[in-house]
Amino acid sequence: MTGTDIGTRASAHTVAAHALRRRRALVYLITALLLVLGIVLSAGLGQLAIGPAEVVGSLLRAIGIPNSWAPTDQLIEQTLWQIRFPRVVMSLLVGALLAVAGAVMQAIFANPLAEPGVVGVSSGAAVGAAVAITLGLTALGSWSVAVCAFAGGLVATLVVYSTARAQGRTETVTLILTGIAVNAFTGAGLALLMFVGDSSSREQIVFWQLGSMNGSRWPEVVIVLVVGALASAVTFALARQYDLLALGDRTASHLGVRVERLRVISIVLVALLTGVAVAFVGIISFVGLVVPHIVRMLLGPSNRTLLLASLLGGATMLVYADLLARTVIPSADLPIGILTSLVGGPFFYWLIRRNRRRAGGWG
Amino acid sequence: MTGTAFALRGVGYRIGATTILDDVSLEIPYGRVLALVGPNGAGKSSLLSLLTGDARASAGEILLGGRPLRQWTARDLSRTRAVLLQANHVAFSFTALDVVEMGRAPWIGDEGDADERAIADAMARTDVVHLAARAYPSLSGGEKARVSLARVLAQDTAIVMLDEPTAALDLRHQEDVLRIARELAGEGRAVVVVLHDLSLAAAYADDVAIISHGRLVAYGAPAEVLTEERIEDVYGTPVRVIPDPDTGRPIVLPRRSLSR
Repeated sequence: MTGTDIGTRASAHTVAAHALRRRRALVYLITALLLVLGIVLSAGLGQLAIGPAEVVGSLLRAIGIPNSWAPTDQLIEQTLWQIRFPRVVMSLLVGALLAVAGAVMQAIFANPLAEPGVVGVSSGAAVGAAVAITLGLTALGSWSVAVCAFAGGLVATLVVYSTARAQGRTETVTLILTGIAVNAFTGAGLALLMFVGDSSSREQIVFWQLGSMNGSRWPEVVIVLVVGALASAVTFALARQYDLLALGDRTASHLGVRVERLRVISIVLVALLTGVAVAFVGIISFVGLVVPHIVRMLLGPSNRTLLLASLLGGATMLVYADLLARTVIPSADLPIGILTSLVGGPFFYWLIRRNRRRAGGWG
Repeated sequence: MTGTAFALRGVGYRIGATTILDDVSLEIPYGRVLALVGPNGAGKSSLLSLLTGDARASAGEILLGGRPLRQWTARDLSRTRAVLLQANHVAFSFTALDVVEMGRAPWIGDEGDADERAIADAMARTDVVHLAARAYPSLSGGEKARVSLARVLAQDTAIVMLDEPTAALDLRHQEDVLRIARELAGEGRAVVVVLHDLSLAAAYADDVAIISHGRLVAYGAPAEVLTEERIEDVYGTPVRVIPDPDTGRPIVLPRRSLSR
């Protein structure tokens, strides 16, 4: 092959890379627009309808831009800032964190079906949270439930990791079976805690299992924001190494990745992301499965793109899911976990079918 | 680069009570192609994983550049040696170009256009330029092997280790791979290649090491090492060794009788 030949081929690659960059920018832009639209809609719709102009006006005033759109009615202002906004921000944060947690799990297991809900990390975290509620643990103040949820999630992740990995590989069947076992066990744990708990903690545990953004408050939102932002930032820094894991553990290590250390750090990150998300809103399944899959279909598997796009996409998805949950049945608040499972279940099924046709299943 | 890449002194490797390798001493110099041959289960791949640092020797010592292998950091190792394993599975549909680019990971942060040149050069040498945009999992076995080899070449290291790189390849690409191995040695790199085809080893390697039952049975020039007697002894099957009419290198043929 001659020099010019290599040159033209290289420029062909540059063209392809350029097309991918444009596509990526477009996907980011559209997702961001959808997210902003979703935020405005979700803040406006509800028993007290608030116009988009008033929502935007109130937001602008809050950041110090006086404007004529801002609502003058105190009731509207209170509804927005005490009920709607914390809820909207909580749903976008939880969606973002769960999607990132899913992408990270898929990277460290080198398996597209790894997801916090499917393999039982979410329910492990829910058991942790339920223990804190039932036993009335408040040693750490408003962080108590979050810390217990993190611990539960971490234990579940460690169990799944140590069981499902053998000789540096994760067999899908083992992974899913482990998930079934963990979910069965945590289900029993939750049931037991409901049995021994009083009626108010029982109610709270049921709420955990179904997942809901209802009653989100600012102090909780801040906890999710702080922990989530830190954990997500670390995953972004590790993105290149996650790519190399796709080559298998040995090859990744030949390329300079300290594989075991990377996995241990990532497991803690997944437990943090899932635990803090689950601690306040309960189990919301399939976000971590559906969002990264759609992103991979649109933009390819590179983790630098995948993590950021999943963050945005997860946020967008849950803002709309929560909007639906609040409005689909008049004057009733449908648990959001029901909605995501309604969409995620069939999606999961479709993934299995598609993969069987293409590659003879995961084996 | 001249001198010694690896020096092995009395290296042994045990898993539980099973001895995989026993008392292997060997010097692997820069600028030469060393072929590791031997029957199935003889310990060739184990020896390779000791050299790559994947496994740890249970006896003896392995020096790389005069320094015990254990003392090397993962990053320094990744800039010194590249490894092609037998199985090269890639999870998720990265393109062939993505996979080759991953070979540049050890060099991230370095200035200049070395990345682009190394990638283009590696893909041209392994004849995979036309596969660049294809999804790796959709490639044939031979194409995967060549893309993976391109990834190893893109890593641009002084030591290149290949574990049965020809297993999935057709005749032409087999010859291509070993020709590339010779070129790499010609550039001063140390090349270690595990092979099953003795004739292929004899044709392209500067040195051949025969491993049998975990021991180094013979090490030297192909014509000295690959004798009928020794091969029959090690493999337990009769062979005929004849010189290649073109190169004079030995060709190893199993003796066959066609009985009805």
